[in-house]
Amino acid sequence: MSDINVQRRQFLKTSAGLAAVAIAPGMLLFEVAHGKPEAVSNKVRWGMLINTANCVDGCNDCVTACNKENGLAGGLNSGGLSPTDSQWIRKIELKDMRGGRTLSLPMMCQHCEHPPCVDVCPTGASFKRADGIVLVDKHRCIGCRYCMMACPYKARSFVHEPLHDQNPDVPRGKGTVESCTMCVHRIDRGQQPACAEACPNKAILFGNLNDPDSEIAIKIRTVASTQVRADLGLNTGIRYQGL
Amino acid sequence: MPTSSFNKNEQRYFYSLVAAGLLVVLTGLFAAHLMEEHGHIITGMNNQIVWGIPHVFAIFMIVAASGVLNVASIGSVFGKPIYKARAPLSSLLSIALLAGGLTVLMLDLGRPDRVIVAATNYNPTSVFAWNVLLYSGLFGLVSVYLWTMMEQRMNPWSKPVGLAVFAWRIILTTCTGLIFAFLVARQAYGSALLPPMFIVISFAWGLAVFHVVQSAIYAWNGKTHAPDIVKRMKNLLGIFVMAALYFVAAYHLTNLYFAHQSGFERFILIDGGLYPRLFWWGYGLLGNLLPLVLIFHPGLGKTRNVVAASLLVILGGFALLYVFVIGGQAYPLSIFPGYAASSSFGDGQIAQYSPSLPEILLGFGGLGMAFLITTVSVRALNFMPHDKPYIAD
Amino acid sequence: MSRLIALLAMLFCLSAFAGAAESLLVPKLDIGKGGQCVEDTQWMRKNHMHLLIQQRDETVHKGMRDEKHSLKNCIECHASLRDNSVIGRDDSFCQGCHRYEAVKIDCFECHSSKRKSAWAQSK
Repeated sequence: MSDINVQRRQFLKTSAGLAAVAIAPGMLLFEVAHGKPEAVSNKVRWGMLINTANCVDGCNDCVTACNKENGLAGGLNSGGLSPTDSQWIRKIELKDMRGGRTLSLPMMCQHCEHPPCVDVCPTGASFKRADGIVLVDKHRCIGCRYCMMACPYKARSFVHEPLHDQNPDVPRGKGTVESCTMCVHRIDRGQQPACAEACPNKAILFGNLNDPDSEIAIKIRTVASTQVRADLGLNTGIRYQGL
Repeated sequence: MPTSSFNKNEQRYFYSLVAAGLLVVLTGLFAAHLMEEHGHIITGMNNQIVWGIPHVFAIFMIVAASGVLNVASIGSVFGKPIYKARAPLSSLLSIALLAGGLTVLMLDLGRPDRVIVAATNYNPTSVFAWNVLLYSGLFGLVSVYLWTMMEQRMNPWSKPVGLAVFAWRIILTTCTGLIFAFLVARQAYGSALLPPMFIVISFAWGLAVFHVVQSAIYAWNGKTHAPDIVKRMKNLLGIFVMAALYFVAAYHLTNLYFAHQSGFERFILIDGGLYPRLFWWGYGLLGNLLPLVLIFHPGLGKTRNVVAASLLVILGGFALLYVFVIGGQAYPLSIFPGYAASSSFGDGQIAQYSPSLPEILLGFGGLGMAFLITTVSVRALNFMPHDKPYIAD
Repeated sequence: MSRLIALLAMLFCLSAFAGAAESLLVPKLDIGKGGQCVEDTQWMRKNHMHLLIQQRDETVHKGMRDEKHSLKNCIECHASLRDNSVIGRDDSFCQGCHRYEAVKIDCFECHSSKRKSAWAQSK
């Protein structure tokens, strides 16, 4: 985490310095913080701990931030979400059928250690990066949607229409499957995922599960957390507290 | 020389059949082009129902392509002469159906232009990737099998190649079933019963398709079936239909026994609207009860009845697949067992699906392609079954 | 024979005006900011696709973000100063040449063709 913070500070400094320049139209000096040229390693496993007690029923800030960051329409074009719209993160309202307890939580790609989507993908387009982030290589995806059938969390969406004006950091395109990337483009430059940053109640704690001194690892050691559908044995990177 | 008006115009009829087939294929290709141009937004498929009508057509054809080879296998592996005479036609139908099914599957991809990636990047853990090999292998193997049967010098090889085809297609249908059996998290799928169920279902559908085509060829050539042969083949169809029904029943009964599956079974069998109707009326009545009556009723069982029974079995097959593929996805995925869930992404809700014209046309395009390949090949080459004088064995 | 020689002579004359001839045959590109490229220009003309494909696999699968050879960096320099894009017009940097060579570009169905600063401002 500390490493990330240092990089983040650097990024903020650079971007603050350059922001003024970037405002002028057609200016070319705009530059983002640099990603590392070396490969990511499995010494890191990125994960999140979501505290459902802090997740407010009706709050949608993480979803909005994700849509903005990744250029998802979020129903803006059609005046409401259509079943063909991509949703990388969604709020689920739950009600315990026995006791009647209600809770609200964000659901997205769980970044499994043993992801079923990766197992079933015929071309290897679904893959897990060394640092545990499950991604779709859209250069290889042929759009068969088998991964969508295999995902126990319904985390994936298929791009049903031609897209325009994508975020230069987040390429997306018609005919391929996509899902939460844990904002890999932000992580690679030392930032947090957009949803974690946007949550007003800090319900989403992002960090390196493999670093015993990281905040998330300490929390997971000390409080009870669960994995969704733990019975499937997928060892998810996203954990929930208070479920 | 007395020739009937049919014989005089035979050529014209043939070309109009080919033209009709071609039209259906071209319409299907045009539909696929539209789907590629606009994206899957013009289909009824969405992020909840990710596989739709094209997959119903494709799976039917691929399963039947394997099952239709049963006729050849009974001839070559088990040495029954009346089936041996039909092995070439059975192989041809297999190739035609496989071509049709795979075309539909391929053209439904989000990026059909990249289908070559499936060959250059191979994920060994994916049953889809195994199927890429198995399907193309079946093409090759059945082509060789046809060659060994139609080229006299190759005849001695036809038995071992026939055996290889037999083994290959059993593995192939197993893997078609595994596509669903490996979906651990979905209530409708993820059952080890599915591969054997698909194999037995393939026997029934394949033989039904074979009956229809064979009868059409006989009628076209002004021939009639020997009653013995009709009787044997119709009885076999009846047994296959019952065996398939047994597996479908076993699949639903095991589900009914598991408390966590009862919601899903209730949806498919009772209150799911279209799906139970299709299951009971389409698959149960039209696909099983009526054909069995047509086959086994003492007063029926003539060629005409058997063809009608076969067509009904095919229809019932489509109904069953619609319920299995689309109904299976429509029932909400249980992500939080014990909780009632709701969200903007259809959690806890029955997913809606209404097939659109382009995807239906694409499906029929595949059928048209199978029809076209069969029609042209049957005329160009000798696929007519030649029965030796019948000897009971 | 004399006619043929005259024709040849004419061709030689034409080739003498190579600059003029080139402007007729070779697409005129809006090279954007231009200047010193990350590699030799001639080498880039020949090899940019290998560089991009290598970069793409390493970035996507291993998270190696070599900014110098990234598509984003190409666009940063070569997007037109008028519309901030490398495609969309006949003289756009990518499209102009690819149209001339009749090679389909597959990049921009998914990737943004715009300079990031321009994209961010339009949002």
